[in-house]
Amino acid sequence: MTENLLEVAGLTRRFAAVEALKAVDFVVAAGEVHALIGPNGAGKTTFIHHLSGALLPDAGQIRFAGRDVTRLSMHERVRAGMARSYQITNVFLGLAALDNVALAVQGRPDAGSSFRFWRPVRREARLFDEAREFLAQVGLAAQAATLAGNLSHGEQRALELAMALATKPQLLLLDEPMAGTGPEESARMVELIEHLARHVTILLVEHDMDAVFRLADRISVLEGGELICTGTPDEVRNDAGVRRAYLGDHL
Amino acid sequence: MTQLVLEQALNGLQFGLMLFLLAAGLTLVFGIMDCINLAHGSLYMVGAYFVAAAAQAADSFWLGLGVGVAGTAGLGLLLELTLFRQLYRRDHLSQVLATFALILIANEAVRLIWGPAPLMLNPPDALAGPVEIGGFFYPAYRLLIIGCGLAVAALLYLLVAKSRVGMWVRAGAANREITEALGINVRALFTAVFVFGAALCALAGGLLGPLLAVQVGMGESVLILAFVVIIIGGIGSIRGALVGALIVGAVDTLGRALLPTLLGAVLPADAASTLGPALASILIYLLMAGILFFRPQGLFPARA
Amino acid sequence: MAFYRPASWQKPFAAVTLLAALALPQCLEFIDQSYYLGLATRMLIFALAASSLNLVLGFGGMVSLGHAAFLGIGAYVAAICHQAGIQQGLLVLPLAMVVAGLFALLVGAISLRTRGVYFIMITLAFAQMVYYLFVSASAWGGDDGLPIYERLQLGSFSLVGDAALYYTALGALAFAMFLFGRLADARFGRTVQAIRENETRMEALGYPVFRYRLVCFALGGACAGLAGALLANQSGLASPSLLQWTQSGTLLVMVIIGGVGYLYGGVVGAIVLLGLEELLLSWFAHWHIVLGLLLLGIVLFAPKGVAALFGRSRD
Repeated sequence: MTENLLEVAGLTRRFAAVEALKAVDFVVAAGEVHALIGPNGAGKTTFIHHLSGALLPDAGQIRFAGRDVTRLSMHERVRAGMARSYQITNVFLGLAALDNVALAVQGRPDAGSSFRFWRPVRREARLFDEAREFLAQVGLAAQAATLAGNLSHGEQRALELAMALATKPQLLLLDEPMAGTGPEESARMVELIEHLARHVTILLVEHDMDAVFRLADRISVLEGGELICTGTPDEVRNDAGVRRAYLGDHL
Repeated sequence: MTQLVLEQALNGLQFGLMLFLLAAGLTLVFGIMDCINLAHGSLYMVGAYFVAAAAQAADSFWLGLGVGVAGTAGLGLLLELTLFRQLYRRDHLSQVLATFALILIANEAVRLIWGPAPLMLNPPDALAGPVEIGGFFYPAYRLLIIGCGLAVAALLYLLVAKSRVGMWVRAGAANREITEALGINVRALFTAVFVFGAALCALAGGLLGPLLAVQVGMGESVLILAFVVIIIGGIGSIRGALVGALIVGAVDTLGRALLPTLLGAVLPADAASTLGPALASILIYLLMAGILFFRPQGLFPARA
Repeated sequence: MAFYRPASWQKPFAAVTLLAALALPQCLEFIDQSYYLGLATRMLIFALAASSLNLVLGFGGMVSLGHAAFLGIGAYVAAICHQAGIQQGLLVLPLAMVVAGLFALLVGAISLRTRGVYFIMITLAFAQMVYYLFVSASAWGGDDGLPIYERLQLGSFSLVGDAALYYTALGALAFAMFLFGRLADARFGRTVQAIRENETRMEALGYPVFRYRLVCFALGGACAGLAGALLANQSGLASPSLLQWTQSGTLLVMVIIGGVGYLYGGVVGAIVLLGLEELLLSWFAHWHIVLGLLLLGIVLFAPKGVAALFGRSRD
């Protein structure tokens, strides 16, 4: 049995009268690609927000790499090794792709403090060299100097990934990386994630079922704020409860 | 001592209720339109001038009050239609600067029209004297202000809590997008709220006119007190504005009246006489800082 | 957005301006107009104050409406030192910066937990608190303010002469602008500018956003404190009117006239505003109406300000 990188126990969150998460128990093993799926409104986004630290739970615990991170703020979790990408592209549109990633590199603890007031960043070759490597990893080496706002949608999604990678995470939370991409771009993104999965544990939230079943080692299904099933793609495909939840959808 | 405390408590209540009139309109503009309006204090000043000028011309306080409130509401309408409509969509910095510009213009315009000397506003003759309540004398006019304040507070409560418009206002403060999605005419709602807030300003300015001097700059100090009220109460919440205003009114009035004496009991006389007034004057700000530290969203946050 | 990048001719232009500024006292004396040296000194000091606000507002993205508090605290530190017989500027000026900076740290620590309209109101309220504190502190002159009868010594140089104070102000401003220029390009500057644009994203990249904002806020407060100490020495008085919230508004106006987020925005704004005041006040006592209308015009039609011509900060 591999060791668990992320362990969620009894995670509960209420919004006024709505119980958005009902005592969710959830585990991501180190090294796997774990997909989280569920119908719209199942609580996936709320769940991700709790993992990244944007929201705090009413009850329950989140352990990451053996450490309780339930009450840690967002930036502390990033520093602990959890990075996320956003559903809606969230990059600095007015900056060159390279500057975007350099900013991510600069934010890492091992890159040194950012309370430096004197030396121009553009002379810190190390930051940019490393940023270039991450751009190359997602296939954007040629677009380093392009303003992020001038990249295509698919390229912006890739840039988003490069920024998350540049924080050198142990766990990558990908919130619908295929959202809004065309078929060709989707195919490229799937390849990219397959490639990344060799180096980093991935938690993937995605609607594109072809991508999910191709990428995931294990799949968890969230419905109505409850985790109704976790298993290999085959187990999930044949689970009666999941079929009910997705009635009308094609698995 | 008891009498002093009672009298100061009534003064505090009166002050708090007037602050509420100012803060009520302001908190809705902030909460619903997400717009900061520094010129709210100018509406209060201009309202007081309108009331004083109209009362002098008509030789009647009540007529002056009516005309002044209506005039200020009209001015509010004009401002909303020409300027604020454009500002709602702009960032906070633009709102701060544009409304700061309005303050500069309003102060100088008032100085141009009415001159630098304060304007006199006399209370109605029937209320000029004191009345006896519970063994001590209290100015009748101040009681009237308390009565008016309570009446407006009750009216506002009914309006916001019970009416359809009030429901829109509450929904707007809690979540603007939802209000728009419900198909409510947001523009008209904004205009109505702004004009109503302007009228309340003039009412407060007119009522306080006989107690304070009607003069240039009277709006600014009171504006900041209204801000403190809103910060304490929570942006967009009428209930918060009422509670915050009563707290600020009571703490400020009682603090100024009693703190030097109270400090005198524990400190040497000269230390108490220097520290007392200084501490009293910043008491509400310390209170605000304390509340903020524990509840950054204020006591009654309108937005979940 | 993009990171601040000066136009290519900005540096030479600034250098030439600095040379001209160095020669100004002699020139004014030559044409027998030394009266204007006082105005020029005020312009330099307010340029420093406005630039410190520009650091907070333009680079840090924090709409602070309480910056006058730090200016006033600097002024009062200078006056209180004078009252205590401390005349050494090498001690007084840094002390003014430290006290103002520490107070900014305190105000920031509370107000930076909030956002938007809240933040604006809270900074305003804290500044008002300082105002009332000094107005009611009779030991420090209360309403009348605290006078300074003799200007500071800087090392063994006395600042009693107007030219000496002018050069001190010029030196302080030049140093501050050089520092801000470096800072904008360095890691810290990039970090706060990126936070201004997208706070959540920076948080998600692992940046402790609050801390960077707080340091930026305190740094701005400290520089405003320096300006305040110089101002009190020039006018010979630490006055509560320096602490009035309208003073914070005036500083904001300077920054917006000059250009928010442009390195020299505060400098240009201070010179333009004080120059306009000097010009207009002499023939129209109600010049605030003109200023108000001008300001409305700028906000509605030219939100980038004058210094937008000098470099670009955003697309």
